[in-house]
Amino acid sequence: MNWREVPWSARVGLFVILVIVVMSIFAPLVAPYLGSDIVGDVWESSSDQFLFGTDNLGRDIFSRVVYGGRTTLLIAFAASVISFTLGAVLGFFAAVQKGWLDQLLSRGNDTLMSLPTLIFALVVLSVLPTNVITLILVMAILDATRVYRLGRAIAVDIEAQDYVEMARLRGEKRMWIILFEILPNALVPLIAEFGLRFSFAILFLSSLSFLGLGVQPPDADWGALVKENKDGIAFGISAALVPATAIAILTVSVNLVADWLLSKTSNLQVGGEGN
Amino acid sequence: MPLVKVRNLRIETVPRDKNTPITVLVDDVSFDLKKGRVLGLIGESGAGKSTIGLSVLAYARNGCAITGGEIFVNGCDLMKASDADIRELRGTHVAYVAQSAAAGFNPAHRLNKQIIEATVRHGTHNHHDALKYAQELFAQLGLPDPANFGSRFPHQVSGGQLQRAMTAMALCSKPELIVFDEPTTALDVTTQIDVLAAIKRAIHFADTTALYITHDLAVVAQIADEIMVLRHGKMVEYGSTEQILHQPRAKYTNQLVSVRKIQSDEKVATDNAVLEMCNVDAAYGGGIKVLLNVSMSVCAGQTLAVVGESGSGKSTAARVMTGLLPPLSGEVLFNKEPLQPTTEQRSREQLRDVQMISQMPDVALNPRQRIGNIIGRPLTFYFGMKRSERRQRVIELLKAVELDESYLQRLPGQLSGGEKQRVCIARALAAKPQVIICDEVTSALDPLVADDILKLLLKLQRETNVAYIFITHDIATVRAIADNIVVMYQGKVIEIGSKTEVFSPPHHDYTHLLLSSVPEMKLGWMEEVIEQRRMHSADN
Repeated sequence: MNWREVPWSARVGLFVILVIVVMSIFAPLVAPYLGSDIVGDVWESSSDQFLFGTDNLGRDIFSRVVYGGRTTLLIAFAASVISFTLGAVLGFFAAVQKGWLDQLLSRGNDTLMSLPTLIFALVVLSVLPTNVITLILVMAILDATRVYRLGRAIAVDIEAQDYVEMARLRGEKRMWIILFEILPNALVPLIAEFGLRFSFAILFLSSLSFLGLGVQPPDADWGALVKENKDGIAFGISAALVPATAIAILTVSVNLVADWLLSKTSNLQVGGEGN
Repeated sequence: MPLVKVRNLRIETVPRDKNTPITVLVDDVSFDLKKGRVLGLIGESGAGKSTIGLSVLAYARNGCAITGGEIFVNGCDLMKASDADIRELRGTHVAYVAQSAAAGFNPAHRLNKQIIEATVRHGTHNHHDALKYAQELFAQLGLPDPANFGSRFPHQVSGGQLQRAMTAMALCSKPELIVFDEPTTALDVTTQIDVLAAIKRAIHFADTTALYITHDLAVVAQIADEIMVLRHGKMVEYGSTEQILHQPRAKYTNQLVSVRKIQSDEKVATDNAVLEMCNVDAAYGGGIKVLLNVSMSVCAGQTLAVVGESGSGKSTAARVMTGLLPPLSGEVLFNKEPLQPTTEQRSREQLRDVQMISQMPDVALNPRQRIGNIIGRPLTFYFGMKRSERRQRVIELLKAVELDESYLQRLPGQLSGGEKQRVCIARALAAKPQVIICDEVTSALDPLVADDILKLLLKLQRETNVAYIFITHDIATVRAIADNIVVMYQGKVIEIGSKTEVFSPPHHDYTHLLLSSVPEMKLGWMEEVIEQRRMHSADN
């Protein structure tokens, strides 16, 4: 891949993601205070001391956003990776296996998809103990249904190609066909989808936290930060806007990169302007 | 003044950005076409013949542009014409018949409506007159029941009929010039001759001029008055049909004329059949039976050719033999031992012994695997070869198919069609099989490339004593390499025997039709054949 061919939008996206990731990893070095320390008055406005002011308890917003980035990225990334592994493997398997197993998996998937995700997550999370692991798993399973659909559709397409038939004639095992014939050809569309799913995961986590079922205090992801400070908006205090903006910036950046990857997968982009 | 005058035509790709180099698609091509004449454009894929054909409609495909030269049609300078003039030109003065008629018709409308649409829209005829003229054309094109043919939907007529309907559509507006772009290439050989004859008759009936594009010199010889041979976008030779056929001046033309003249000595059948199919019936998903009581066998080191038109069940027979489609009844024997009906049930050794090469080399190779791995996989899979031993053997195999070491690291997308087919052959050979099933292996290739592949296959058979089951619709290929022949028609075996037996009279009616339909490179061949016909193809 040639760096020159990367459009500026994707470069901006990549740069922003990189900055956010670096800031999260080195949070103790970047943030002036600990995220959980009360260091000032309630809802102070921005000053030399507090870059974006303080929150509803008097904690430094900038520090909380930087530390919150860790939780947000970790959970969203873990959930996306698990959902992709699960969804793609099952989808490929269903496509190659065909028959009743495919029917069982696909109809089960349809059933899961027919439930509104947020309601489903609310029910499950209010029953199960709320911790990061459950949160990641619930998000992953819900997202895996979408990935399953895509993965199966791509694999069915590839599976009908002559080279897969040749592998089957050779007597190759199902797993080999999935790993060496189908996966390499499905990778680009899946990576593009990963970008989109990852940004949805950030938004979904934010929604859950906003509703109080996500990350529990004193830890906070960006959605939870919005929730904590939402009451301030009524008094003209902009504290909630800082984490909200962070969510927006990260989602847009991820999408810029995903768009670029998607455009690489589409074969429709040929030739110039014609006449 | 000729109807079409093209001078120093140059067509190039439009670069997407500064870094993409410009490719010249057509370079310095000039010709004149007088009214009432037919000019044949011939060349292999990438020769620029379709690009030239489209340029007389003042059209360049997406990503290309006409960058130089002059095109005059009926006195109108297309390089200077306005958009409105060009719109007027297309459909009324110049018409286009595409290769795939099935893709050219809208499945939601009846044929009549689509055939007369352009004429009525341009106001050349009113609705009633246009319909009447269309019916006359149907009759001229030999379509069944001309009065009512047009009220059918596209899916209700056969491929050959649809191609003729497309010709009727082009002729309907009484254009001065028609561009035919490979109109018979997608058709069966038995149907091709009917469509070709119909097109020729209709051109004379409508008193029009035509540009006929094809890759098959024998086809164009039947219809064209003049022929232009193209290669890599440049004109190789331009002359009357007779001159091109009988006194070709350029070396390349000479090669084209003498293509398909390979002959192999017929080997006598022995008792030791390697692969046999006994009384097999087969169907897809419990539907209509596509194979009815089919039996055939091939001996070690020999070639069995399975011939027939599309839908005759020849590829299905191959699927049954390989185990991709379990038969309803009957069995497949390998060295007199019955084989299990499906691939999964067969042993690795049995799978290794029967390899297959498929029609489309483009989709038979995984686009994400390097050539070295593609050929190497059977070596690891069947013989457990590792690293240097495997690499050594892959290089040997590449050499056997006349490619070299430099291909090891390449991806299939970087290879030409002929090279890809060679890789497919190498992959099949890697398994050291006793039988290779070749399903239309040359039909997607240009004639000269196809010839080389056939020569290669014959050479490999001499070296390794492998048996081929050669599925094809092309009699010239059969003549070139077969020892024994099975003729199939509508799922049944019609004739079976050695090449000499099948090719010498008396013929079965269908075999006669098949044999006589193969275009020969001589003038007046088509008329002769049509007079002597005894039956029609299933598609007609």
